[in-house]
Amino acid sequence: MSTATTDAPEATETAVPSFTVTFIIRRFDPDADAEPRWQDFDVEMFPTDRVLDALHKIKWEQDGSLTFRRSCAHGICGSDAMRINGRNRLACKTLIKDLDISKPIYVEAIKGLPLEKDLVVDMEPFFASFREVQPFLQASTAPEPGKERIQDVVARERFDDTTKCILCAACTTSCPVFWTDGQYFGPAAIVNAHRFIFDSRDDAAQVRLDILNDKEGVWRCRTTFNCSDACPRGIEVTKAISEVKQAIMRGKP
Amino acid sequence: MSESATGTLTAPEQPAKRSRPGGTLYRGNEGMWSWVLHRITGVAIFFFLLVHILDTALVRVSPEAYNVVIGAYQTPIMGLGEVALVGAIVFHAYNGLRIILVDFWSWATRHQRLLFYIVIALWVITMLGFTPRHLINVFSH
Repeated sequence: MSTATTDAPEATETAVPSFTVTFIIRRFDPDADAEPRWQDFDVEMFPTDRVLDALHKIKWEQDGSLTFRRSCAHGICGSDAMRINGRNRLACKTLIKDLDISKPIYVEAIKGLPLEKDLVVDMEPFFASFREVQPFLQASTAPEPGKERIQDVVARERFDDTTKCILCAACTTSCPVFWTDGQYFGPAAIVNAHRFIFDSRDDAAQVRLDILNDKEGVWRCRTTFNCSDACPRGIEVTKAISEVKQAIMRGKP
Repeated sequence: MSESATGTLTAPEQPAKRSRPGGTLYRGNEGMWSWVLHRITGVAIFFFLLVHILDTALVRVSPEAYNVVIGAYQTPIMGLGEVALVGAIVFHAYNGLRIILVDFWSWATRHQRLLFYIVIALWVITMLGFTPRHLINVFSH
């Protein structure tokens, strides 16, 4: 952080060049608008800034009514998934320098969940699917008194990828099947089922496989790979889904 | 797309009112577009088969009517349509094999993009073999 800006504005100017970036944001105010509308904002940005910084600048300096979710702002809480230039990304993990700033940057809410206001959607259907796959450890045996449940490195590695999920909904709302069929569990719920199905300490894999062996379960997946591309944690989502498909076919994890 | 290439780097111009009712088109990668193509070709093949079964069934009803219908197919326009039909079937077949591999083989799940370009390459090779031969037949009769 440079604090000497008041003394030497030119010095900082030359050190880090800034430029004006146009953001076109899809706004929706349920009290005033019948339909969402696009609104333009010009923001002075540094290449090291993120899209979330631009949204903050707009909200704090230009239009306080701009509504969006964000909590940790560092890619952990999963609050600020949005569609940036037509792809689902976390606003806090998308750097301005990685975008083509010679064109306006389009920002809109994630697709397939009910739009509430501006960039905020109702996440409840998403979390409902998540709850349905029983995303918690269920063991039928008690661990040795005073000991933890033992798991070797290989068994832990088996489901390591799917433990990274932050439930931002970027994958589920990038899925063309989910857009047209909101009943589909969606990639995120299957990823979180995968995390427990392949956990050697868990004993309820069969229950989850039965839940997902459904018309609206894993068989809805058409391997478009939008989810793998959208995941801000780099989870191989489609691979996890096909592993669950194969576990259902084999009848065991 | 429709934007005139203005240097938004420095000039904060006010663009004309954009009226885009829906959101932007989701910019998927090869996986999504191969799925879209697979759907379109699949539906197209379905309608072809529907018509094909109907016109073939016509021979049981009236052989004369059957001959008239089949005769109507022997035109250059239908010949070009057959190129499109074979193109759709060949893509659907190769991409279908790719989808099976992606579903059953974790290596293919990781390398679906490469497999998509292999599908496109195989499609081009097949069509290069088929199209000239077929068009010679169509336009020499």
